Order: sequence, then C-alpha cells, then structure tokens
Amino acid sequence: MTKVKVYVTLRESVVDPQGIAAQEALQTMGFNEVESVRIGKLIELELAGTAAEIETRVTEMCDKLLVNKVIEQYSFEIGEVAGK
Amino acid sequence: MRFAILSFPGSSCDVDMLHAVRDIVGEGAEIISHVDAKLENYDAVLIPTGASYGDYLRPGALAQSSESIESLKTFVKSGKPVLGVGNGFQILVEAGILPGAFLRNQSLKFRSGKAKLAVRNASTYFTSNYEEDGLLTIPFAHEYGNYFVDRETARLLKETDRIIFTYEDGNLDGSVERIAGVLNEQGNVLGMMPLPERAVEEIIGGTDGLPLFQSILKNWSEKNVSHA
Repeated sequence: MTKVKVYVTLRESVVDPQGIAAQEALQTMGFNEVESVRIGKLIELELAGTAAEIETRVTEMCDKLLVNKVIEQYSFEIGEVAGK
Repeated sequence: MRFAILSFPGSSCDVDMLHAVRDIVGEGAEIISHVDAKLENYDAVLIPTGASYGDYLRPGALAQSSESIESLKTFVKSGKPVLGVGNGFQILVEAGILPGAFLRNQSLKFRSGKAKLAVRNASTYFTSNYEEDGLLTIPFAHEYGNYFVDRETARLLKETDRIIFTYEDGNLDGSVERIAGVLNEQGNVLGMMPLPERAVEEIIGGTDGLPLFQSILKNWSEKNVSHA
C-alpha cells in the first residue's frame, strides 16, 4: 500500500473568511508578524498501484470528487509504502 | 403534472416539498429515493434541502457518487424542469449542472431567517407568475450559502439574464453579485438557496414561494395539455 497526501487549498482569488478570522486572532495574541493565513484541507489516501498508476488515478479522484476546482486547487505527495 | 422529489441520504426537507406541491399546489408528487430513481416517469424533478451525505467533504459533493445523477443529467438534457433548493442547489452545482460553487458564509455562522429577494428575470419557466423586479420574502437556512463564480462566469450570467433572484437585505453571506438563484443555459434548471416550499401558506408566514410552483405548472400545462 502507498500513502498519498492530497493538499487542498482555496484558489488565491477566493476570500477565506476562516483564514482571516484566524489571522486576526493570531495578531490579537501578539503574533503581529503574521501577514496572511489561508486554511485548507489535508486528505490522506492509502491505495495500491504503481507510482504511475497512482499519479493518474489520484489526479482523476481530485478532479472528479475530492476537489472543487471552481474554488479550490490541489497538490499531492506520493509517500512511502506503508506497513509490511 | 407529476413531480419527483429526489431524496438522498440526509435530505431532510423532502416532506416539506411534498406538502407544498401535493397539498397546496394540488399536483401529483412523490418522494423517490436516489437509488434506482426512474426520473423518466416524471414531468419535473425537485431536489429538496437538508444535509445530503452529512455535508461531508463539501455540501452536495458526495451526491455525485449516486447513479441518479446520471439519470438527472439525462432528464435535464430532455428539457424537463428541475428545481434544486438549498442543499439541492449545492448538489446541482457540485454535479456541474449549474455553474459555480459554495463557500462557507462570510460570517462563518449557520444563518437562518427570512431573506428579501428581488426577481431579476420574470420570464423563465420558474418565475413567469412573478412580477419583474418584484420583492419576495422567502425563508432560508444555510451555513454554506456564499455562492461563488469567477468574474467571467458572473459576467456571462448577467448578460444572459440567468441571475434569477438576488438578495436585497445586505447579502450577509457574501454571494457574488448578491446571487440567490441561477438558471442553467438551457433555461430548465433553477437552483436557489432560499426555500420557496417554506413560503406557501399564510399560516406559516407567507406565500411568496407559491408563484414559483405555479409558474412551473402553468408553463408545463401550456406545453403539454391540449385545450380541446
């Protein structure tokens, strides 16, 4: 089995009210150096296949379901073989 | 006229829709499960609100895994009317039947209440019983009601009169162009976040949602009922 980490973030043109709220909270707490916070998602998959197959299939999964490309963008890392 | 109310796991307002169409408008309506849904047997499809699939991943997203979405796309192509309200609108957007996407409300809060809407196009299948630029009061209840389209799509929607309803009370959730409801290019699919089925009787606070269902009925009857 291979582990894949999919990082989903909002497109730059999309306002992230959650990120803005977290940024303001950080600044209130004294972390004044924070200029921007954007909050995204991490999706972890475990799946079988060769690296090339995984690359193709995960791209398809992102485009069809995991990511809404109107508002989001993604990248993924194919990790070490998990377990045995 | 026969309405199908297409229900997914977690669709919680299918009975409200049934009551509005069957008991108030007085037409045939049935709640049908998304599993093995025979949409071709109906004249119109209504997708109710609720939290289908628990709103997991993104509201409306997981409904795409249902085979009924393919049937729905075929139904849309046939030109018959489809209305999605609340989560039903989110499902239509996630399935790519309507443009755009939904973000969390600007306030980051679930909000509910009565929205003031303007009718921006009263010459559609869904709005012909309204007056152009008429003001309506329709209940809403959502956390992901912040409708987003890119600038190019917003311009296209405007130019082609496909922005059907706009918010007229501050647009507190942050929708692009104050959009509360949009139409597909073909003109037979309407998605809206406010919930017209909750505004069909004086006893529940207003009837501004009723003309929407009556518009569908009138436009369908004009096409399908022969006046001998």
